[in-house]
Amino acid sequence: MIELQNISKVFHKGQVNEVCALTDLFLTIQKEEFVSVVGANGSGKTTLLNIISGAVLPSSGRIRITETDVTRLPEYKRSRWIARVFQDPLKGTASELSILDNFRLAAIRTQPKNLIIGINDVFKKKVRDSIATLGMGLENKLEQAIGTLSGGQRQALTLLMSVMDDTQILLLDEPSAALDPRSATLILKTASELISQYKLTAILITHNLKEAQLYGNRLLQMSEGKIVRDVSEEEKKRLPLSEMYAWFDI
Amino acid sequence: MEFYLTALVLGLCLASMSLGIFISMKIFRIPDITTDGSYTLGAVLTAILLTHHCSAMLIIPAVLLAGALAGMVTGIIHTFVKIDALLSGILVMTALYSINLTLLGRSNLPLLDVQNIFSSLTFFSASVFNNLALGFVFISLITGIMAYLLRTDFGIAMRATGNSEPMTRALGINNNKMKVIGLAMANALTALSGYLVAQYQNFTDINMGIGIVITGLGSVLIGEALIKWWNIRSILWQLVVVVSGSILFQLVLAFTLSIGVDPNLLKLVTAAFVLLIVLIPRLKKSE
Ligand SMILES: Nc1ncnc2c1ncn2[C@@H]1O[C@H](COP(=O)(O)OP(=O)(O)OP(=O)(O)O)[C@@H](O)[C@H]1O
Ligand SMILES: [Mg+2]
Repeated sequence: MIELQNISKVFHKGQVNEVCALTDLFLTIQKEEFVSVVGANGSGKTTLLNIISGAVLPSSGRIRITETDVTRLPEYKRSRWIARVFQDPLKGTASELSILDNFRLAAIRTQPKNLIIGINDVFKKKVRDSIATLGMGLENKLEQAIGTLSGGQRQALTLLMSVMDDTQILLLDEPSAALDPRSATLILKTASELISQYKLTAILITHNLKEAQLYGNRLLQMSEGKIVRDVSEEEKKRLPLSEMYAWFDI
Repeated sequence: MEFYLTALVLGLCLASMSLGIFISMKIFRIPDITTDGSYTLGAVLTAILLTHHCSAMLIIPAVLLAGALAGMVTGIIHTFVKIDALLSGILVMTALYSINLTLLGRSNLPLLDVQNIFSSLTFFSASVFNNLALGFVFISLITGIMAYLLRTDFGIAMRATGNSEPMTRALGINNNKMKVIGLAMANALTALSGYLVAQYQNFTDINMGIGIVITGLGSVLIGEALIKWWNIRSILWQLVVVVSGSILFQLVLAFTLSIGVDPNLLKLVTAAFVLLIVLIPRLKKSE
């Protein structure tokens, strides 16, 4: 489904502040695989997602999605496969637009944005039902500007928005980091349900090792721009949390 | 009284430009000052085509197209050549000055004995009311069309682009293309104001666009203050408020003139007025 071949990414090449965010990285992710990724701050996790989504183009290497070479394909064109939840809760939604407008846009992610009014009663009901599953009481605030909601609420909505249109790949960058413990659990449970319901291929970045252990059927550890551990589903099931903590001891 | 009615009609004529600036500044958050040039471009084209006996109605598409083209050039310089929006606007505005002067062939052209849009449609016998009715119908139409457009899927995509570019990119929107289209629309609307004002004042002057962007900016700022104050969510009403801002702006200027302020100081008064509009909400905040 996703194939990264020999990917390197260097920011500010040739300048004093040159950073190698990713170095000679190989990664193949099968269809419907749900990969959790852990790693220290600055280890290149977000850059990995940006490289897959097209937000950042690699300095070298090739990227293939569903057998198509997408190495030079801009992000807005890769959106026909990929939906994402950003690390920064404010990035994933348009703050001045209403919840409904945001959902409408998400619902036509893979389609042309035409000169038709797409928000009708059927659509409103669909959005209301979807949001009601969160139990945050947001289903009665559809016309409200999404910027008036809290970061956590926006993150939860972004997650729901990601499956409004046909999605094959879901990229989750610390989706629960901005959330209180109850909402964090809710978001991850919802994400995991959506992933199995829609048979998505997914990558979940997290700093919470319990989350990493609980969710996903494959586990990667990144360090200094490289994948240093790749744990399969069987191994992951047997992996004790204490050993995972030990990965981060110096 | 007639003095204020005149200002009212002028406010309506300039409202099209204010809607354009609403698009560039509020929706895309791009400070676009192509405005000065595209406004004059609209007026220049109108003058030339009218004196060549083109019907006023047929000039509209030409003016819209020319304004859109000017906006597109600014947009392309800004997005694809990656030059600061302000500088891109200045570049195009400066270039347009020469283009306008070349097109017009002289520094001003009176339009006294030609059939224009105000004289070709008659709603009332009194010309002041006729102008008012015409301006009103014209701007209502534009406001209606814009409101519809901004509520469509395309319009939502446009509005989102100014809010969060990472989001719109991830949702399949080509932000650069969107900005070029937005600037094209904004300057088409601005050129339309040039079209209206040239016919309303019965002349086109090569310098008529100088500083006009500040008028549009002021109108949008008044509009924005009211939108925040009344917490207006509906797009249609937001546009209506911007149009009202444009009218209000002209009325205030008319008032300053009527109390005997030297017309030479008009641009100074305009700038001061805009500064005031920006300052008032800040003073309230710091209370
Ligand atoms: N756009 C950018 N420009 C310059 N440097 C960047 C950019 N994006 C990332 N980097 C650098 O690349 C490295 C990896 O960053 P990245 O955001 O991928 O880390 P991360 O693993 O997601 O960290 P965190 O856990 O803190 O989110 C860092 O050193 C960062 O400073
Ligand atoms: Mg990160």
